[in-house]
Amino acid sequence: MTEQITTPSANDTNDAPKHNLEAHNFDATDSYNFAYLDEQTKRMIRRVLLKALAIPGYQVPFASREMPMPYGWGTGGVQVTAACLTPDDCVKVIDQGADDTTNALSIRSFFASTAGVRTTEATDKASLIQTRHRIPEIELTEGQLLVYQVPIPEPLRFLEPRETETRKMHALSEYGLMHVKLYEDISQHGHIATAYAYPVNVEGHYVMDPSPIPKFDNPKMNNCAAIQLFGAGREQRIYAIPPYCHVKSLDFEDYPFDRLRAPGACALCGADDSYLDEVIMDDEGTRMYVCSDTDFCSTRREQGHVGDQSGLFDSEEG
Amino acid sequence: MQPDALKGGFADLPIQSATAFRSVLQAMARPGTIHQLAGAAPPPPLSVAAGVVLLTLCDPETPLFVGASVDTPDLRSWISFHTGAPFSAASAAVIAIGSWQDFTPLSAFPVGSAEYPDRSTTLITEVDLLGREGSNACRLTGPGIQDFYTLCLPDPALMQANRALFPLGLDFILTSDSSVAALPRSTKIEVM
Repeated sequence: MTEQITTPSANDTNDAPKHNLEAHNFDATDSYNFAYLDEQTKRMIRRVLLKALAIPGYQVPFASREMPMPYGWGTGGVQVTAACLTPDDCVKVIDQGADDTTNALSIRSFFASTAGVRTTEATDKASLIQTRHRIPEIELTEGQLLVYQVPIPEPLRFLEPRETETRKMHALSEYGLMHVKLYEDISQHGHIATAYAYPVNVEGHYVMDPSPIPKFDNPKMNNCAAIQLFGAGREQRIYAIPPYCHVKSLDFEDYPFDRLRAPGACALCGADDSYLDEVIMDDEGTRMYVCSDTDFCSTRREQGHVGDQSGLFDSEEG
Repeated sequence: MQPDALKGGFADLPIQSATAFRSVLQAMARPGTIHQLAGAAPPPPLSVAAGVVLLTLCDPETPLFVGASVDTPDLRSWISFHTGAPFSAASAAVIAIGSWQDFTPLSAFPVGSAEYPDRSTTLITEVDLLGREGSNACRLTGPGIQDFYTLCLPDPALMQANRALFPLGLDFILTSDSSVAALPRSTKIEVM
């Protein structure tokens, strides 16, 4: 007997929600332990998470496992999410602000199938948000967890390759090297040219890599109501920022920290305060700027906000 | 092995430990907030909350210090059967369980090193009552706390000394009946 596999027909697809790939029939909740990882691994990660919260900004080593996805696709974030998930959670995953990219979609369906949790694209409906390189535009709330995927957790790594040395530098709060790097930015470019993974100081002690979020997002980490957890799978480090922490981007008195944002408004929703992506439209150099946060942009469009190219995709969407 | 040791564990381990951990995570992230735990029935005199925290965090990788006030053959059997945690002296403990009196002097426990401040003991401390008013009521501020919380602590002076070690130091999980609160080393403590 062959099992009948039902695939949505073309007609179904038109009526289905925009990202109907999520409406998959695959349910692995009986085949895997809850949230994929075995219990001992989850306990190990949970103990590390508690230490990370107790020492804000300090990178706690952990025994990172192989995950069913390549390094660089969020193995650290996925392990932290798996250790935190409960069946009541509603999970949102974003990749550079977008809910509908391959990475975001596959991680979301991974947890839908191995943990049976609900998923969403709406920031305000999610209880756990896993993110690659963005913080959502709308303010996060007390009940929420924000899990960052981190490639290189050590902010000093490109300045000092030896782990033994960077550990000493953190232990002594010796961050002169980082200030020299920012100073060299100014001497070469006239301003601090670091635009992403901009180093922050957490609670006056540890300097921390905020993962490669644009520095536009850095101020959102400060005094944030949500719990922020960072997982670096390949580098085997977990760190955290508890709610309402003082997180300060490094700068100088005469060169204060400055958020960086493409000038103008979103071409689809007209927002002039959101982080914008540049989209190349053809091979003649035409480009448009749209919100990087897809949920923020579509919510605004539903509310009736328009940008100067709002009608651009109307004919395609039918 | 006592026959009763087989009872009182989680009935649905992955789900119950996930739910319990989320409460402990919230407690540690927001020091001074009180959360409820359920699902374990450890042998007396251990509280439900302390039992749940043990089941959630302990396994064969975590040397466990058992304080004299809770140290019974029943409890040791229960811990061994449900978690497999090896029993250890205070100086090698990753996790400790007991009352405040069992843990003094605190200097017996590792507080981590400057390079690895995470290599310190987490003390699951049984208290009579997790309350906000009464003797030793303290005002808590610091990471995780928007304004302040008040919480009665067993020995504010020793906990202030622990805070002074930051980023080294011990982390406390306070348990009473089914309630849990946490006091990481980062929290500033003022006696009211």
